[in-house]
Amino acid sequence: MINIWEVNETNKMIEHENLDVRTITLGISLLDCIDSDLEALNRKIYGKITEAAAKLVETGAEIERNYCIPIVNKRISVTPIALVGQAACKGPEDFVAVAKTLDRAAKDVGVNFIGGYSALVSKGMTKGDEDLIRSIPKALAETERVCSSVNVGSTKTGINMDAVKLMGEIILQTAEFTKENDSLGCAKLVVFCNAPDDNPFMAGAFHGVTEADAIINVGVSGPGVVKKALEQVRGENFEVLCETIKKTAFKITRVGQLVAQEASRRMGIPFGIIDLSLAPTPAVGDSVAEILEEIGLEYAGAPGTTAALALLNDQVKKGGIMASSYVGGLSGAFIPVSEDQGMIDAVEEGALTLEKLEAMTCVCSVGLDMIAIPGDVAPSTVSGIIADEMAIGMINQKTTAVRLIPVIGKGVGETVEFGGLLGHAPVMPVNPYGCGPFISRGGRIPAPVHSFKN
Amino acid sequence: MEKKADRTIITVVGKDTVGIIAGVCTYLADNGINVLDISQTIVQGFFNMMMIVDMKGAAKPFGQCAKELEEVGKKIGVAIKCQKEEIFNKMHRI
Repeated sequence: MINIWEVNETNKMIEHENLDVRTITLGISLLDCIDSDLEALNRKIYGKITEAAAKLVETGAEIERNYCIPIVNKRISVTPIALVGQAACKGPEDFVAVAKTLDRAAKDVGVNFIGGYSALVSKGMTKGDEDLIRSIPKALAETERVCSSVNVGSTKTGINMDAVKLMGEIILQTAEFTKENDSLGCAKLVVFCNAPDDNPFMAGAFHGVTEADAIINVGVSGPGVVKKALEQVRGENFEVLCETIKKTAFKITRVGQLVAQEASRRMGIPFGIIDLSLAPTPAVGDSVAEILEEIGLEYAGAPGTTAALALLNDQVKKGGIMASSYVGGLSGAFIPVSEDQGMIDAVEEGALTLEKLEAMTCVCSVGLDMIAIPGDVAPSTVSGIIADEMAIGMINQKTTAVRLIPVIGKGVGETVEFGGLLGHAPVMPVNPYGCGPFISRGGRIPAPVHSFKN
Repeated sequence: MEKKADRTIITVVGKDTVGIIAGVCTYLADNGINVLDISQTIVQGFFNMMMIVDMKGAAKPFGQCAKELEEVGKKIGVAIKCQKEEIFNKMHRI
């Protein structure tokens, strides 16, 4: 029988260490909404989402009440709109109309984000894919809750450099279109390599075409819990350190598993996966960087950071895998800059640079995330940063992503405020040397040799 | 068929005073909630109690009981929390 110490331990995690379930994300397939008429398409999309997600927010609230565990976000991911909209949309403007439908549906069911305004172009782009990509700046400027992602490469296909070039321009355009709000549109736009079909986390969530009609995916969190557990083993060797992380990750993930099963049962929708990510928030004590400091670094970014992050990421997975029947999504430690107070402090101190962040993405999920850069950067430079990150993903057979925010009108040393879970970020310097001719070559980078496994 | 047990953990934390257990148990008795186990300790001068109860015969739905118990707690000056037992079983038992 459960004893008082176990009960107190769980409640301490929830009340004092920011243990929460970061998101219940309902994946909805829109493949059966495809229509050659734009109006009919919009009507079907709105109908399907509002019907499937009618009980989502209420179910989340009920689970919160039953277990006293906060479920921070209830969200929706849909089939990549480039696939759903191609038959109806004759140009970028038509896609913007679909984005507005998604936004309206999200507001009406009460979710704070809807992901899947996406295109999968890892090998090539159809006209519809390109139209969707070109519509992204306007779509993100004219909607509030829509999130967009573009998969431009994979280990199996290589990197679509035409798409990489285009995305450099699109990110800057998105920044320009939302410059009144510190280029906030870019916080809702992710460029991926090896994008997973079942990721519950925004802004990169979409409902892959290999998925069922509807599915519940859950993202857990809890960097604060790991940090507190590690405070108890200061000075101990790596075996003790790793065991502690693993045990803590197990406990955190079990809560996610319970919430996912409950949500699935109550809504009558199958459970998909648990995403084991350690997802920080700007709140004090909810930081991945603070875990790295607790492991023994003065600041995130100091020598040793990549090794510390590698072991953290691996132990979180080892603990989490046993705690859940299905693990998927991104599953690892997130290292967004603006959403993690410890990372912000490290950047402001000068301990953490863009180049070190890139090295860190080799050993954790997911990539260069929520990084503010000067707004006057060249499109080819943004593309170059994307290409580097995609290459890391392609060669290492892992998901990598880029969510950069070129802040129009701001330069290095200034700060941008995004508010809420998105936090604030110091504008970071970018390597000033050019890569224009490299990006302008066109075509694609072939798949690496280790992808040929058949 | 007999209804399955609906085990819930009630935790009471706060400054020690006369009548905490009486107050909580009176509410439980009045509402058809059966107490299965009680453990209690004082942590750093604070009263800390955990009860395992069965709510299968409860007169009111879970959410309402939880809310009313919270109110009972406020009157006595302690924090009362109701949680379904699964969250603890999941976390602490393989």
